[in-house]
Amino acid sequence: MKVLVAVKRVVDYNVKVRAKADGSDVDLNNVKMSINPFCEIAVEEAVRLKEAGTATEVIAVSIGDKACQEQIRTALALGADRGIQVETEGSVEPLVVAKLLKGVVEKEQPQLVILGKQSIDGDNNQTGQMLGALTNMPQGTFASEIAVDGDKLSVTREVDGGLQTLSLNMPAIVTSDLRLNEPRYASLPNIMKAKKKPLDVYSPADLGVEVTTHLTQVSVEPPAERQAGIKVESVDELVDKLKNEAKVI
Amino acid sequence: MSTLVIAEHDNGSLKGATLNAVTAAQALGADVDVLVAGADCGAAAEAAAKVAGVSRVLVADNAAYGHQLAENVSLLIADVGAAYDNIVAPATSNGKNTMPRVAALLDVAQISDIISVEAADTFKRPVYAGNVIATVKSSDSKKVVTVRTTAFDAAAAEGGSATVEAVDAVHDAGISAFVSEEVAESDRPELTAAPVVVSGGRGMQNGENFKLLDGIADKLGAAIGASRAAVDAGFVPNDMQVGQTGKIVAPDLYIAVGISGAIQHLAGMKDSKVIVAINKDEDAPIFQVADYGLVADLFEALPELEAKI
Ligand SMILES: Cc1cc2nc3c(=O)[nH]c(=O)nc-3n(C[C@H](O)[C@H](O)[C@H](O)COP(=O)(O)OP(=O)(O)OC[C@H]3O[C@@H](n4cnc5c(N)ncnc54)[C@H](O)[C@@H]3O)c2cc1C
Repeated sequence: MKVLVAVKRVVDYNVKVRAKADGSDVDLNNVKMSINPFCEIAVEEAVRLKEAGTATEVIAVSIGDKACQEQIRTALALGADRGIQVETEGSVEPLVVAKLLKGVVEKEQPQLVILGKQSIDGDNNQTGQMLGALTNMPQGTFASEIAVDGDKLSVTREVDGGLQTLSLNMPAIVTSDLRLNEPRYASLPNIMKAKKKPLDVYSPADLGVEVTTHLTQVSVEPPAERQAGIKVESVDELVDKLKNEAKVI
Repeated sequence: MSTLVIAEHDNGSLKGATLNAVTAAQALGADVDVLVAGADCGAAAEAAAKVAGVSRVLVADNAAYGHQLAENVSLLIADVGAAYDNIVAPATSNGKNTMPRVAALLDVAQISDIISVEAADTFKRPVYAGNVIATVKSSDSKKVVTVRTTAFDAAAAEGGSATVEAVDAVHDAGISAFVSEEVAESDRPELTAAPVVVSGGRGMQNGENFKLLDGIADKLGAAIGASRAAVDAGFVPNDMQVGQTGKIVAPDLYIAVGISGAIQHLAGMKDSKVIVAINKDEDAPIFQVADYGLVADLFEALPELEAKI
């Protein structure tokens, strides 16, 4: 069974991103970039399936400019076998990413595609579901546990009310939530090995996809700032403030 | 122009999130219809018909929609939605699961988690864990939108008199099946709609200690939430996680106990009206957003607070 994992290069989760003063875009000068944390969880899950003998090959795909090869190498260092970059410029919308991934799915014919549930830059939470619609594959989103059982995939999902378990026909799509696993750290030897693993580069045209724009970012702004608060000295003072100043209890 | 709102419901009743989505839909300036897709969902449809400002309620009542399987429901929404200019759903786990699939079927973008409608084609939405608010404009003829419920008031649940019409189309993709669910039963208000939320973090040390929050929550009619660290450590279930990648809350009062205030946690609660932080580390970042900060050991502060409120 082949597993395809999608990974995205994003601003590191520790960075507090700000809007540029002129409101034209966010300021990403000299900020640390990393693999999206949910994508890292996706890679880990695929690698565990391979280690368990369930998967035979793990392919990591990323869509972006040349810099995203760094994140593909991260996935290879974590245990993916080979990489695919679909080379694009600027930001690409989830719908187009899904179309490009569909092109890769058609080439590779994986039985399972694992993606992160959302990327922590755009916070869209869309790509896996869109890929599902375009390929007519079922989806197990926000997954906290998966198990392959013959040609079915059991997926436990984190939903608003608690947990839900579905049975999906394979090939299927999974999007990872935080509790799916705890990703390993890549060891130095594996980082070295990853440099030699194969990495193919395609253009959108190779996949027959036109990069279209449906949404334009008009402007960005900082969120409303909160007024600085105060420290209270005691529980008594806290209760008094909540009752008589804030009037919320 | 017309707008279709996808109802959030449990077949027997309409969920509050639908009311917030209706308000967002009204801001688009068109007639608002509501689609109730479910199994034995007549009661939810009746409730939807009473919502103020709704013109028509469309009911797709079939076993195929009973568990909101995205594969089936998205086909239905794309079919029914073909006649509409806008399709709007609350950004609940169902909305997030289904709406991107709908958008891809219709070959349009999906706009996630909007916090305001600036014009019929222009929306504001938080990105980068809410550190930035982006204004985005859609060039698609059809807008498929999910709504951050805390950003829109609830439409009145009573006062409307919409017509109720059945949708007979059955879309069963036949590629997925519901197996089981584990739903947390609680007498407390729903986390995303509660007027007061008391949340515990890693500082609570274990699940047992979360009981220290119960008495306070009882007295205040509060829901109980948690940080990711508390969920990951198994203190409490996943549906209690507040944050960028958990639930978004904006109560009148949010009390953060033993929570450091990571960006990802703040993203889920910093629109609360009044924030209280109880933390023993006076430099914890949570104090930067707290209206009232108490530097204290939570194991001493919580029993005292419970006794004094
Ligand atoms: C992709 C991604 C998504 C994430 N999504 C979320 C999310 O949705 N929600 C979320 O919450 N986090 C999220 N996180 C995690 C986030 O970065 C933090 O790790 C997490 O919020 C920390 O939880 P905490 O504040 O409970 O724990 P800690 O940061 O460990 O803080 C514990 C606090 O408790 C205090 N404390 C300890 N003992 C006591 C005591 N006896 N009395 C008083 N205070 C005490 C300490 O001083 C400390 O400030 C995400 C992270 C990533 C990478």
